[in-house]
Amino acid sequence: MLRNSPPDSADIGALERKATRLRRHMLTMARGQGQGYIGQGLGIADMLAALYFHELRYDPHSPAWSDRDRFLLSTGHYSIALWAALAEAGIIPVEELITYGADNSRLEMSTLDTTPGVEVIGGSLGHGLGQGVGQALGLRVDRSDARVFVELSDGEMQEGSTWEAAMSASHFRLDGLVALVDCNGIQADGPVVLDMEPVADKWRAFGWQTSEIDGNDMRMMVGALADARNRNGKPKAIVLRTLPGKGVPRIETSEKSHFFRIDVAQWDGIIAEFEKTMGAAQ
Amino acid sequence: MSGAATEAGRTLAMGQDEAVGGGRRSVEAPFGKALARLGQSRPDIVGLTADLGKYTDILPFRDAFPDRFFNVGMAEQNLVAVAAGLARTGKVPFATTYGVFATRRAYDFVAIALAHSNLDVKIVAGLPGLTTGYGGTHQAIEDLALMRMIPGLTIIDPCDATEIEAATEAIAEHGGPVYMRLLRGSVPVVFEPGYIFEIGKARCLRQGSDVGIISTGFMTERALDAADALDKQGISAGVLHVPTIKPFDAGAVAEFAAGFNHIVTAENHVVVGGLASLVVETLFDAGIAKKVTRIGLPDRYIECGAVPTLQAKYGLTTDAIVATIAALN
Repeated sequence: MLRNSPPDSADIGALERKATRLRRHMLTMARGQGQGYIGQGLGIADMLAALYFHELRYDPHSPAWSDRDRFLLSTGHYSIALWAALAEAGIIPVEELITYGADNSRLEMSTLDTTPGVEVIGGSLGHGLGQGVGQALGLRVDRSDARVFVELSDGEMQEGSTWEAAMSASHFRLDGLVALVDCNGIQADGPVVLDMEPVADKWRAFGWQTSEIDGNDMRMMVGALADARNRNGKPKAIVLRTLPGKGVPRIETSEKSHFFRIDVAQWDGIIAEFEKTMGAAQ
Repeated sequence: MSGAATEAGRTLAMGQDEAVGGGRRSVEAPFGKALARLGQSRPDIVGLTADLGKYTDILPFRDAFPDRFFNVGMAEQNLVAVAAGLARTGKVPFATTYGVFATRRAYDFVAIALAHSNLDVKIVAGLPGLTTGYGGTHQAIEDLALMRMIPGLTIIDPCDATEIEAATEAIAEHGGPVYMRLLRGSVPVVFEPGYIFEIGKARCLRQGSDVGIISTGFMTERALDAADALDKQGISAGVLHVPTIKPFDAGAVAEFAAGFNHIVTAENHVVVGGLASLVVETLFDAGIAKKVTRIGLPDRYIECGAVPTLQAKYGLTTDAIVATIAALN
């Protein structure tokens, strides 16, 4: 499988159903572990569905294929979302998801690169974009047309290395590099500790072709990716306004949505709420 | 880049020839020339620097392979991150900057982006220890100690131009992350072309009976000169050169040390956490109890000044080694 569908004929409804499946996997994993960065994971489900089932070029039977498009999850603690996407994409078994966060599981609560489909050790924040720049340069040396997508977060923009990488990407005119900036408004100490606005202006000022969308609107997501694909000469930044806990009102409105820890009975309640809200879509 | 004769009492300007010599023949930019030669047969080798290409001898590689050379500007975290990304696409990056920046400034990136994934990246670090008069901002006096703590990182501290060339070839073949200290500019030739460098191997360069000097980096040149001078005083000194700090050749060190009552370590580094610490740990582990005298920089920041003045003040000279050893007896 080289690309999941022709790039300009996205089936928005099908991608939304995929996003729902990713969310359902995440809730099952979080229930099993009792905790997790579920808020952020649910927030980027639409982005991952658009990437893995529409935009990225990859071969699930050969995750290390040298001409694959790369997806780097810089916020390694969002791993719960990546595992869901890799399972739905056929790169890891769906049955393995129940081991999330358990001892000896390779589905860590923060990604290491020892699991197929993981391109980078995320989690020490500010690492992903620079490594994406290096991969884009390496692909250019090889004259490969494979592209590099790097997810990073609004809180992560506070790490200075993010801007070192941003400067170099525009200097090297890496038009195959796409930054997916997840602006969910939360970080470890609560609502964004340092005001990062205006986010899109910052990326523009650093020489990036920048768009800003509702990251939970599949049609906008697919459109922004297509726009990034069709423009040359600059790296691209897509600023995604996402809602932490998207799809589960009880998490969307929780003040604890940065890291969510509740008991199994409460998880059952949350899953029931999710099925009532989102399940109708599938 | 080469140049102006070193004047005692004068701080050298950035880029002036700071390599140290004692009337020996020297080679200009041995690292950069070796890397440019390697690049001919190794299309996977790429070069990087962080606004210090001129001062880390990598320009011969840039000139030969402009499409495989990337200057990321003053951004050492990004230097290491970009090198990691390149390695993940099958390249073998050689990234240069000064030792202080590669270590203190980019430590998390070296540890997590490179070493944790065992990526095939070589960090080549200028101004090791006391080879610049720019003071604590530029003197990488504790880099070996810092880098030792990173699992899986190979650490090389070459002595001379011959060893730099040989080590550049060896680390290109190594297949994992390496930190190599760089003597730049006009680098003395201590070892003749037949000298064999192997990662992880120490070499006994001189037999002796009274005192055993274990040295690394350019201190081996001074240790050999000191041994000659001591010989004239009737003191027989052996010299073991340990150019690889990690993995450390514990077997060779223990075997060498067993032959002496007194061991002297000599390093261009603080005496905390570097060669001296490794030797003491090695002897302790081997159950060998010997007196050990440590020659190296004190546990403090070094001031600005002329390199020869500072090296003399802090005991990194042949004369200082001779005086220290003569005083032991």
